[in-house]
Amino acid sequence: MATNVIMPQMGESIFEGTVTRWLKKVGEPVKRDEPLFEISTDKVDSEIPSPAAGVLTTILVPEGQTVQVNTVVAVLDGETGASVTPSASEVVATAPPVSRPPAATPAPHPPQPEARPAPSGELPEDIRSSPLVRKMAREYNLELTKIKGTGLGNRITKQDIETYLADAGVQPLPPGAPPPSAPSRPAPKPIPPGPTVVPPSVAPPTTVATPAPSPPPASPASRVTIEPMSTMRKQISEHMVMSKRTSAHVNTIFEVDVTNVVKLREREQQNFQRTNGVKLTFTAFLAKAVADTLREFPILNSSVEGNNIVYKKDINVGIAVALDWGLIVPVIKNAEDKSFVGVAKTIADLAERARTKKLKPEEVQNGTFTITNPGIFGSLFGTPIINQPQVAILGVGSITKRPVVIENDAIAIRSMVILSLSFDHRVVDGAVADQFMAALKKRLENWKSL
Amino acid sequence: MATTTYLEAIRQGLWEEMERDPNVFLMGEDIGRYGGAFKVTAGMIEHFGEKRVIDTPISEEAIVGAGIGAAVMGMRPVLEMQFMDFISCAFNQIVNYAAKMHYRWGQAVPLVIRGPSGGGVHGGPYHSQNPEAYFVHTPGLKVVQPATAYDAKGLIKAAIRDNNPVIFFEHKFLYRRIKEEIPEDDYVVPLGKARVVREGRHLSIITYGAMLFVALEAAQQLEQEGIDAEIIDLRTLSPLDEECILASVKKTNKIILLHEDTRTLGLGAELAAIISEKAFEYLDGPLLRVTAPDSPVPYSPPLEEAFLPSAGRLVNAARRLASY
Repeated sequence: MATNVIMPQMGESIFEGTVTRWLKKVGEPVKRDEPLFEISTDKVDSEIPSPAAGVLTTILVPEGQTVQVNTVVAVLDGETGASVTPSASEVVATAPPVSRPPAATPAPHPPQPEARPAPSGELPEDIRSSPLVRKMAREYNLELTKIKGTGLGNRITKQDIETYLADAGVQPLPPGAPPPSAPSRPAPKPIPPGPTVVPPSVAPPTTVATPAPSPPPASPASRVTIEPMSTMRKQISEHMVMSKRTSAHVNTIFEVDVTNVVKLREREQQNFQRTNGVKLTFTAFLAKAVADTLREFPILNSSVEGNNIVYKKDINVGIAVALDWGLIVPVIKNAEDKSFVGVAKTIADLAERARTKKLKPEEVQNGTFTITNPGIFGSLFGTPIINQPQVAILGVGSITKRPVVIENDAIAIRSMVILSLSFDHRVVDGAVADQFMAALKKRLENWKSL
Repeated sequence: MATTTYLEAIRQGLWEEMERDPNVFLMGEDIGRYGGAFKVTAGMIEHFGEKRVIDTPISEEAIVGAGIGAAVMGMRPVLEMQFMDFISCAFNQIVNYAAKMHYRWGQAVPLVIRGPSGGGVHGGPYHSQNPEAYFVHTPGLKVVQPATAYDAKGLIKAAIRDNNPVIFFEHKFLYRRIKEEIPEDDYVVPLGKARVVREGRHLSIITYGAMLFVALEAAQQLEQEGIDAEIIDLRTLSPLDEECILASVKKTNKIILLHEDTRTLGLGAELAAIISEKAFEYLDGPLLRVTAPDSPVPYSPPLEEAFLPSAGRLVNAARRLASY
């Protein structure tokens, strides 16, 4: 089966091109998309790929000759008819005829394959709609060709879609779109089109390629419950996505032996509560250790502003507190200046007031580092999202007793915890993050007394 | 509650803010002894004295320049333009100094420039203009135009308390024509918030100033034809309440932008651009503008009537859009 090779149109205002070189000789086979000849126009020089696989049988335009676009320059003989035909019609499709008819062509002009109907997904020109109508048609999977338009020039309006849906028994779904008007209300009177309005379209088209019809989706309203987000939920949602978009999150995971701390806590708990009025919690140990370690690694206590790194002199450690209605992060201000008892008391106070909704706005602001505690429900470790504009967050897993290999290859039962640090690789490199974690681990493992 | 005119509401707002804050003072042409060309400041010099109600020479540039200086020194001047047409004499002071000081030096310029604008009173080309778009176009300014007595009082008080330079357009056609009961106590209407004046389903008319009443008249007529129009009064022109505007677009899907200012690059152009950028897929028809033509405001009464957008023109546009 023969395929015509034509002079392609290489730009809007290009009407002719010169064949500068043939890359195949007559009789040579050519693969589809293999460069076949070179052309030069007043805008570009270009290699032209073969529209089909086959054998170059005839060269109609010799090198150096200039012809109008769409002129047949060569003929290919296809190896297999089946694969060639669509390619040939593609050539026609990608090089639409210019408005000016080509001048007399220098060679016999074999009939060109006819253009196929508009590919599926495109609307015929004489269906008029609007951005909203096309959006609704997508959402409801409707074919606009099946809907009668009652707007100006038979335009399909929102009302027409709603009427169609009502007839089909579908509830309209988009938020903001009002329900179809009550039938008792008279429709607005159409008025004759003004001078700026395009003339009415012709009858609906009969041959239109459309996607295979699929049944309209079942009314989603009956199978779901829709609840607006609370303000807190919205804020968390926006903040989390913003953080993921802002920071280059990386995680590093450390296993820490906290047997000393656990024993110390058991030993001192009652005495501590009697003296200080608050419980001795593992979080207090952790917050104190983090604050002291942050002092050695100021980059973990920084933030990014444009192209600057802002090092914070205050170490304000936020502690994520899970609430029945969400999550809040009260902040231990100037944790670096506080004693262990001071940190413990502040945590107890903030946590209590977080649960009773009595935190002041400034008590949840200006954190410089955050600790979160997924271990509370048994998680081994988490990979938390950084609390912007901070650059790191520490996730604390559950403390569990595990058999551990200790000195002299002995196996002992130790209280272990897995700590994970999510850090912002924009400013914190892995080495620094790991050094920070190693220092924190050392501090916790060697904790001797209160 | 007593019935209060739009003009009296502004006077009350000024008076209350003068009482509340000793830094607030007034400057303008004939605002003291004469009480102002429209009597907005009548009786104020007697009560507050001539140090706080200052009659100035006829120089808008001097009024605004002095006001900027006072604002920089911590005062809260309220400057009257006898007609907003003459604000152009102070254009340089406003756009190059008042609007840019905070950007350049972090210096707040808490001043209000207020005065009458708009046509419909046969004032001719120099006493009828609507020059708000120049200032909406200028970053660093807030621009306000109330349509009701309630908003006039609440917005002038909010404008005086705002730390930015605020250009406050009072529609002179409304001065004594609009009356309503307003609270006598202290209230403010926040800047930057539009108001849905009338809920509707078929199309939205977004407008401000005296055109609100043209929209309300047209909506009544349209209702009889089965077209249910929603009306939004912008109240603050800069910054625009995009949330309110886009919510209405998403609801009715067909929008008319109505203003008394001339057409080209009036507020309707910006609104159309915002809607097209942010809610294109919610549009079920073209964005239509109903505005004054690009012409000076004619003096001849029949010509002025033809110049100003009317309920009839608005109804025609609404019919065309509804059936689109």
